[in-house]
Amino acid sequence: MLNETYLLLIPLLPLAGFVILGLFGKYFNPAKRGTGIIGTLLLLISALLALYVAYGYFFEFGKADGVYQKLIPFQYTWLQFSEGVSIKMGALIDPISLMMLVVITFISLMVHIYSLGYMKGEERFSTYYSFLGLFTFSMLGLVMSSNIFQIYIFWELVGISSFLLIGFYYEKPSAVAACKKAFIVTRFADLGFLIGILILSFYARTLDFNTLIERLTSPGSTEFNMAVTSSFLGISALTWGMVLVFMGGAGKSAMLPFHIWLPDAMEGPTPVSALIHAATMVVAGVYLVARLFPVFALSTPHALELVAYVGAITALFAAIIACAQTDIKRVLAFSTISQIGYMMFALGVAKYGGEAGLGYTAAMFHLFTHAMFKGLLFLCAGSVIHFIHSNEMKDMGGLRKYLPITHITFLVACLAISGIPPFAGFFSKEEILLAASQNNQVIYWIGLFTSGLTAFYMFRLYFNIFWNKAPSSSVKSRGEGGFVMILPLILLAIGAVFAGFIPFGNFVTSDGKPLESVFHWQFSILPVLFGLVGIFIAMKMYKKENQIPDKIAASFGGFYEAALHKFYFDEIYLFITKKIIFNLIGKPAAWFDKNVVNSLVNATGNTTEIFSSKIKRIQSGKVQQYAVYFLLATVLMAVLFIYWWK
Amino acid sequence: MLQPGLYHILFISTALFFIGIYGFFSRRNLITILMSVELVLNSVNLNFIAFNKYLWADKLDGLFFAIFVIAIAAAEAAVAIAIIINLYRSHHSIDVEKAEEMKY
Repeated sequence: MLNETYLLLIPLLPLAGFVILGLFGKYFNPAKRGTGIIGTLLLLISALLALYVAYGYFFEFGKADGVYQKLIPFQYTWLQFSEGVSIKMGALIDPISLMMLVVITFISLMVHIYSLGYMKGEERFSTYYSFLGLFTFSMLGLVMSSNIFQIYIFWELVGISSFLLIGFYYEKPSAVAACKKAFIVTRFADLGFLIGILILSFYARTLDFNTLIERLTSPGSTEFNMAVTSSFLGISALTWGMVLVFMGGAGKSAMLPFHIWLPDAMEGPTPVSALIHAATMVVAGVYLVARLFPVFALSTPHALELVAYVGAITALFAAIIACAQTDIKRVLAFSTISQIGYMMFALGVAKYGGEAGLGYTAAMFHLFTHAMFKGLLFLCAGSVIHFIHSNEMKDMGGLRKYLPITHITFLVACLAISGIPPFAGFFSKEEILLAASQNNQVIYWIGLFTSGLTAFYMFRLYFNIFWNKAPSSSVKSRGEGGFVMILPLILLAIGAVFAGFIPFGNFVTSDGKPLESVFHWQFSILPVLFGLVGIFIAMKMYKKENQIPDKIAASFGGFYEAALHKFYFDEIYLFITKKIIFNLIGKPAAWFDKNVVNSLVNATGNTTEIFSSKIKRIQSGKVQQYAVYFLLATVLMAVLFIYWWK
Repeated sequence: MLQPGLYHILFISTALFFIGIYGFFSRRNLITILMSVELVLNSVNLNFIAFNKYLWADKLDGLFFAIFVIAIAAAEAAVAIAIIINLYRSHHSIDVEKAEEMKY
C-alpha cells in the first residue's frame, strides 16, 4: 500500500535542505563543499523514495479494475468559505504526477551532483544549494497538487526560485535584467492563469481537480450547462477559462508570444539551465494542460486546437531561430522551446480515451525522454564552457580530443534528440508524429519538417564544438571536470539510450486504461529519413572548416538576419512597451496622479490651513479675553436654560 | 426710612457682582484682579445671606454655605498669591498684559 510518510517526505526533504542550508550555510566553508553534500544527500533520499512510491503505484496498488486511479492520500482543509466551498490542500497521485516526481528528483539529483564540481570555488556555494532545494520543493509540490489553487501557489514559488537562480550572479547587469524579464513575463502570463482559475472555479463551484474535472466534463451537470451557455464576445465562458489557463501554461513553458524570457535565462549557471529551463520548470505548462486534459478534450475542443497550433508554430519557429544562433546555450534554449512545442501539439491533437488518446501518452513520453537528453545536453555544454570559459561557438572546435566523455555523451544526446533509432528520442517523437498524422495533417507536416531542422541544428552544434577547426593554442589542456561532473553525464546518457524502451502506454494514458504500444515501422521511415538528411547536411557544412555556411547564410539574406536576431521579438516588445504603453498609458496616468490626485489631497490640507489661520487669533494668550468669552457663554447658556427648559 | 427689603440687598449684591467682573476684565495689575475676584465672591455671600434671612428665616443653610464660601475664598486667595509670585519671578512684572506667551 501507499506509504504516506514517504510521499510526504519527497517534497519536504528538499525544503528542509533549503531552510537548513539557507539559515546555517554561512557557517560552512565554501571550499569544503559540505553544504553541497548535504543538499545532494537529501535529494538522493528523495529520489529513492520517489522511485519506491512510483514502483509501488505502477506495479502494485495503483490499478483498480485495470484502470489507473487518481488517489488522494491526504487532504487538509485550509480555508473554509462556506458550507460547500472550501480550499483543501492535499496530494494527488496518478500516473503523470508520479512520473513527474521520478523525473524531477532524478534530474535534480544529477544537477546537484554535477554542481559539486561545476560551482566549486564559488563564494555563495551554500546559497546556491539552498536555492536548488527551494526549487525542487516547489516543483515537486506543483506536480503533487490536488487543487488548482494549490498548483497556482507552487507555480509562483517555482517562478521565484527561477528568478533567484537565474539572477544568481547578481553582479552582472545582464543576469539581473534576465531574471527580471523571466519573472515579469511569466507573471504576466500568470495573470491569465489566475483569471482562468477564477472562471473555472466559479462555474464548477470547487477548486479540487477531481471534482472540477468531473463537473465540467459531464454534459448533464448544471455546472457544465451554465459554463457553456454563458458567453462573452461569442465564446463560451468555459472556453475562455481554459484558454486563459493555457495562457498561464504557455508563459511558463515559453510558448510563442511568451518565449522571450527563456534565451535570456541562460545567464544563470549552466546546471541551473539544465534543471529549470530544460527538464523541469518549463514543462510545468505541459503538465498543467495534461492535468486538465479531460476538460480540454471533452468540453472545449476549440481550446485544445489552440493548444495544438500554438505548440506546432512554436516548435517550427524556435527550430528556425536555433539554426542561426552562435551561443551554444542559446541554441539549446531554442531547442527546448521547440521540443516543448512538440509536447504541446501532441497534447493538442489527442482525444480522450483509448487509441485516440495516443497524443497524451506521446507528450508525456517525450517529456520523460526530453528531460534525459536535454538535461544531458546542458550538462555537457556546461562541461565545454567550464573548459573553454566561453559560450560562443567560434571559440570552440576540435574539442573531441580534450573532452572524450563529454564528446560521446553529447553525441548520444544529439542522436536521441534527432530521433535516430534506437535512442530514446526516436520512440517518443515517433509516437508524437503518429498521433499528429492521425488527427491533423498540417501539424504532422510541420512536425516532420521541424524534426529535420532539429537534427540539422543539433548536429551543427555538435560539429562546431567537437570537429570543425583545430583547437586554438590558448586552450588549456586541463581535461574534463572531475568524477562528480562526469557521473551525471554517464547516468543521463544511459537514460537517453534506454528510456525509449519503456512501454509508456502501459502506464500513462489519457483515461488511465493501459494502451498497447504498437511499433509502426513503416511509419517511422519518414521521420528518420528527415533526421538523417538533417544530420548529413550539417556534416557537410560543419565537419570541416569551409565557406559553405557563410555562403548559404548570405543567400538567405534578410531571413538569416531575422533568424539571427530571433525575429526581432524582443525589439517589438520593447517598442510596444516603451513607445506605446509608456507614452499612451503610463505618462498620462502619471500626469493625472501628480497633478490631479495630489492637488485634491493638497487642497484639503491647504483649506484647513487657511481656515485655521483665520480663527487662530482667538487664542491670544490674554487671560482677561478668555474670561470675557467665558462670561458670554455662561450668559447664553443661562438664557437658553431659562427660556427653553420645559 | 425704608426698611431694607430683599430687593435692596439683591440690588447691592448684583451691583457688586458686576463691578467685580468689570474689574476682573479691565484691570492690569494682578493684585487688583485678585481683589475683584474677592469682590465677586463676597457679592455671592451677600446673596446667600439675603435669601436666608428673608425667605427661610428659621433655617441656617444659607449661613453655612456663606461660611464655606469664605473659607474657599481664603484658600483661593492663597493659591492666587502663589501664582502671582511665580509669575513675578519669571516676568519681573505683575502686569497681566505681559503674560501672553501661550498664544497662536
